[in-house]
Amino acid sequence: MSMTSESDQLAYIASQAADARVNVEVETDEGMTLNLGPQHPATHGTLRIIAKLDGEKVVAAEPIMGYMHRGYEKLTEVRTYPQVTTLVNRIDWLGSFANEVPFILAAEQLMEVEAPPRAQWIRTILFELSRIANVCLFLGDMAVQIGATTPVFYAFRDREFVLNQIERVTGGRFHPNFDRIGGLKDDLPKGWIEETRGALNRMTDFCDEMEELVLGNEIFQARTRGIGTIPSDVALAYGLSGANLRASGIDWDIRRDANVGLVYDQVDWKVWTHPDGDSFARFWVRLQETREACNIIDQLLGTIPSGPIMAKVPRIIKVPPGEAYVATENPLGEMGFYVVSKGDLTPFRVKIRSASFSNMSIAPWVLKDVFVPDIISILASLYFILGDIDR
Amino acid sequence: MSEIPEHLLKRAQAAREKAESSQEPTDNASPTKETNSQTTVAVADESPIQEIDEKAEEILERISKGLGQKLISSHIAPNRGLWIRVSSDDWRETAQFLRDQLDCRFFDWLSVIDWMPSPYGRELETEQDVDSQAERIEDQPIEWGYTGGKTRFQLITRVYSISLGIGVMVKADLDDHNPRALSLIPVYPGANWHEREAREMFGVTFDEHPDLRNIYLPGDFEGHPLRKDYPLLSRRIKPWPGIVDVEAMPGEEK
Repeated sequence: MSMTSESDQLAYIASQAADARVNVEVETDEGMTLNLGPQHPATHGTLRIIAKLDGEKVVAAEPIMGYMHRGYEKLTEVRTYPQVTTLVNRIDWLGSFANEVPFILAAEQLMEVEAPPRAQWIRTILFELSRIANVCLFLGDMAVQIGATTPVFYAFRDREFVLNQIERVTGGRFHPNFDRIGGLKDDLPKGWIEETRGALNRMTDFCDEMEELVLGNEIFQARTRGIGTIPSDVALAYGLSGANLRASGIDWDIRRDANVGLVYDQVDWKVWTHPDGDSFARFWVRLQETREACNIIDQLLGTIPSGPIMAKVPRIIKVPPGEAYVATENPLGEMGFYVVSKGDLTPFRVKIRSASFSNMSIAPWVLKDVFVPDIISILASLYFILGDIDR
Repeated sequence: MSEIPEHLLKRAQAAREKAESSQEPTDNASPTKETNSQTTVAVADESPIQEIDEKAEEILERISKGLGQKLISSHIAPNRGLWIRVSSDDWRETAQFLRDQLDCRFFDWLSVIDWMPSPYGRELETEQDVDSQAERIEDQPIEWGYTGGKTRFQLITRVYSISLGIGVMVKADLDDHNPRALSLIPVYPGANWHEREAREMFGVTFDEHPDLRNIYLPGDFEGHPLRKDYPLLSRRIKPWPGIVDVEAMPGEEK
């Protein structure tokens, strides 16, 4: 291993030493360094935060990632288009189906194929179901980070109903790999629509339950109100998206404003925003969005058109040369695929724009000058999945 | 959905026929009425006539007025996006212009495209890689995508204007041997991590970036993995993923 400079060597030794001691506090003359992670329950995976403290106050905090980097952008270059969906499934593993959709839509754009209406409807329903499955975990997890242990059990209990419905259609609870270029793998099973309505009722009840249990709680309010405030300008410049952006008062939702290939324009629904931009606002917006997702699915279930679920596509998929960028409003925020094709079986280059990467890039800014316990609640409210940061 | 009534089956059949007929390049771009759902669904416009994206044209006009000579080329894919290409010297100025004049305050992403064809190549028909020990296949000419290009590496970023509802993809050619550009951090602080990623994956230097350390890879990692001439080692020792090693069953001929 060649070290180009002395500072590189020092950085390397320091990183090795830091890896050896996990969650150790180091005190020097300049203050204290607190190492959170890589194995910390607040990080949904292996994110490490090095925080320099002055007393209880954070002077500088820096997230260190890469513990889960799998190199998907390189791997896509040696896989055919249908094989890529298996990979991108694993980016945000809590809402897997939602990962497949933007990639498939980008490939469809280049091939100038459009999925039949029925497939678009089912795609949208599954997309929203994965949003519920994903955000549901956040609602429970956010509370548990603050010290309330009950909500997370409720979340895991009720999430099962949604996962069961996803499993009944796709055969997979976590990695459906169900979306195809030109449509879907299969049609809905018999009796699924009625059962899904039942699951949606459970989820609406769950949202009410969480609202009563968490939102009005005095401790929860004290730990989240006015903590980790992100003004709208900063949020935009850092590329925050999804509920994090809407919690800063920006009324922008890709589902409504830049919708591609999904049928949100057929539904009567509302985009929720909150003007405060603090941890509480982010929780509140996500809670409302879960309820709204139930509303969207409920309307779509009643209007699924009949017809085929696959458009005519060649058996061997070769995508014509061109470039396409398609983004969708995933549970974590904007997820987009920039696909460059040269007319081969495999993409020439795929740039994955994942929501959590941009959402986390604001961490050094927002964690400055907060108190140590607030690191946990702010990180929890920003809500990231490590697979979505590291790709 | 317990029992499918006959009239629904008939309707499904009709919809299937319609979907099949719309595959042919006719000029029926009219939306299909789905009586079942009382909603209108647009069918893919297969007509060969080029559509015109008025919004993108208008934005492009504003950009070319603002940037003048700095705008090298542009491309509009109707209803899909707007691409512009500038010189890497004007990289930051362009971003500044887009943010201030076009209200593109949302920083989406930044990355690099290596346009060199992979020197390791692949025989697509047999779905096998060219033998890694063999000579590299000879240099193929580089083909660029939208907006064209001149050099191997192209910087690409996307910024979005929420008020105008349009995203702009900006490309810039980088020098082959010393790829570098000015950092966008003063304009968009969010470019920080994206530039760190582009640096470690492609070896592009961003001047005036305060902290160009690796973001994913270990500090002592050598090479830039997303460059086309960086071999993917697992692919050199394993054949095409998806090919199953089928062992002959007992009693079966090999």
